[in-house]
Amino acid sequence: MVNYQTYRRWTDRTMVFLCGTAAFLAGIPLVSLLLYVLVQGFRRLDWTFLTSLPTPVGVSGGGMANAILGTITLVLIASCVGLPIGIFAGIYLSEYGKKNRFAWMVRFTADVLSGVPSIVTGIVAYTLIVKPMHNFSALAGGVALGFMMIPITTRTTEELVKMVPHSIREASWALGISQWRTILSIVVRTAKNGILTGVLLSIARIAGETAPLLFTAFNNQFWPKGINEPTASLTVQVFTYAISPFKDWQDQAWTGALVLLLLVLSINLSAKFFFKNSRSLLR
Amino acid sequence: MIDELAEKEKKERKPVEKEPKNEPRSDSRKIEVAHHEPDASVKKVKMKAEGVCAWFGTKQALFDVNIDINEKAVTAIIGPSGCGKSTLIRCFNRMHETVPGSRFAGDIFLEENSIFDPRMDPVAVRRRVGMVFQKPTPFPTLSIYDNVAVGLRLNGTRDKKTLDEVVEKSLRKAALWEEVKDSLQKAGAALSGGQQQRLCIARSLAVELEVLLMDEPCSALDPISTSKVEELIHELRQNYTIIIVTHNMQQAARVSQKTAFMLNGKLIEYDSTEKVFTNPANKLTEDYITGRFG
Ligand SMILES: Nc1ncnc2c1ncn2[C@@H]1O[C@H](COP(=O)(O)OP(=O)(O)OP(=O)(O)O)[C@@H](O)[C@H]1O
Ligand SMILES: [Mg+2]
Repeated sequence: MVNYQTYRRWTDRTMVFLCGTAAFLAGIPLVSLLLYVLVQGFRRLDWTFLTSLPTPVGVSGGGMANAILGTITLVLIASCVGLPIGIFAGIYLSEYGKKNRFAWMVRFTADVLSGVPSIVTGIVAYTLIVKPMHNFSALAGGVALGFMMIPITTRTTEELVKMVPHSIREASWALGISQWRTILSIVVRTAKNGILTGVLLSIARIAGETAPLLFTAFNNQFWPKGINEPTASLTVQVFTYAISPFKDWQDQAWTGALVLLLLVLSINLSAKFFFKNSRSLLR
Repeated sequence: MIDELAEKEKKERKPVEKEPKNEPRSDSRKIEVAHHEPDASVKKVKMKAEGVCAWFGTKQALFDVNIDINEKAVTAIIGPSGCGKSTLIRCFNRMHETVPGSRFAGDIFLEENSIFDPRMDPVAVRRRVGMVFQKPTPFPTLSIYDNVAVGLRLNGTRDKKTLDEVVEKSLRKAALWEEVKDSLQKAGAALSGGQQQRLCIARSLAVELEVLLMDEPCSALDPISTSKVEELIHELRQNYTIIIVTHNMQQAARVSQKTAFMLNGKLIEYDSTEKVFTNPANKLTEDYITGRFG
């Protein structure tokens, strides 16, 4: 009896120790990555970096202002493509897609699409837009990223709209509010913080993409003149600079990585904030 | 506490009413019931259910229910859990048909018109026949003001002044105005349970309501909030027709003029509240209200 208890206590302790160690090991790459990027990137992080264009090799100064603007442009274009389709598809799935063959297919497609390697999405956008228009452009890059947003937004919207209790819908019907008004003005409004969370997470996800931009938005050393021009982006610029043989460019690549990381991190954090709010409302 | 009192009340009342009940039960008693109803013929019938049957999938929940609901009166529906009270009142505003796989037979009239007439829009029916649920369901992301205004707004009323007026009037009618008039922009979900329930009542009153269905409106509320809602029901009876489902027999006796007793999907007895509680015609009713089952 006593033996059994000691045995149990010891297995208990061992398990706690093993799990704790695993958790600690899991944290190491994350923390070291953050620290390393911070230390390496901090050296060149200044106002010049954030506000000036790239300079030729050997000329000091220079930054990634156009790439930062480019990333923002690409995200905006992607949002215009991905969010309306994703959000409405998600609403459709949650409200009408209970036992519906078409909805099942949409869901399946979305799941497959979210597993498609991003470089493949890039090739598709290249074939659809770059080839017919005969040039690389922000538009093509944005559309490629938008394609990637659709499945993420669709599924998160579906889940969050489903979380709205049925009683809210019934209460709305009982007031003589029509079905579509109930969905758009009551249900979606109740879930809006949750949907916003999904939107932010999908933005954070695509903002860090490089592969689909390589042959769609391409790159540009100057301010873009419009969305039909090739456009620099933080990720592609970091990639270009990081593989260059020049010390200054490599340093800038680190700083670009740091800026990107901070951008994505802040989007993620605000997503967390909205999600917390949405949950307290749905309770 | 309250239950104890109720028990006592019942025990005290029993000997008095026991006497006539020892007589053999027969149809002649039922005729007598009609005599005991002073204002049954005076009241206008607001809603009328004829041969109502309802199903969930293959399970039948209502069997041939016929009932006349008087205008500007409170009708209570009592009966044990699962007997079909909610199902019945959800037929009155066509909410039953929103349940997937549900079926309905029979007919229900709102004044002269069948609410199942193909020309009747269920949405329009629900504007005239509102509903308050067991659990208060304010719209969580809307302010108190918007919770009340939303029914009108989503049906096309945009004029700020009209909305302001309707919101104040509805909140006053729901006896909530004094408590919330300084915090109309606060979230509806921030109110107490009792206030939330009155907010839901106010919300129903803001549309062109004629009949208010209440499905156990007080069962989630504390005694004080309950008595407030009951007072409110008394007030509302002046202008609206009310059907209230309740598990609380004392409540039914306090607020209603007529009471319907249901069992296993059938309407067993329907009469003036006084009659049902003091001298029920049916043995089953008597057993239920004296607490022998249910
Ligand atoms: N959504 C549903 N699907 C299937 N069966 C249902 C559904 N709602 C109710 N029922 C069944 O219909 C019958 C009547 O239910 P109803 O909710 O009307 O009872 P009730 O008298 O309101 O009970 P309670 O006092 O517990 O609220 C019950 O036997 C119940 O199991
Ligand atoms: Mg019920």
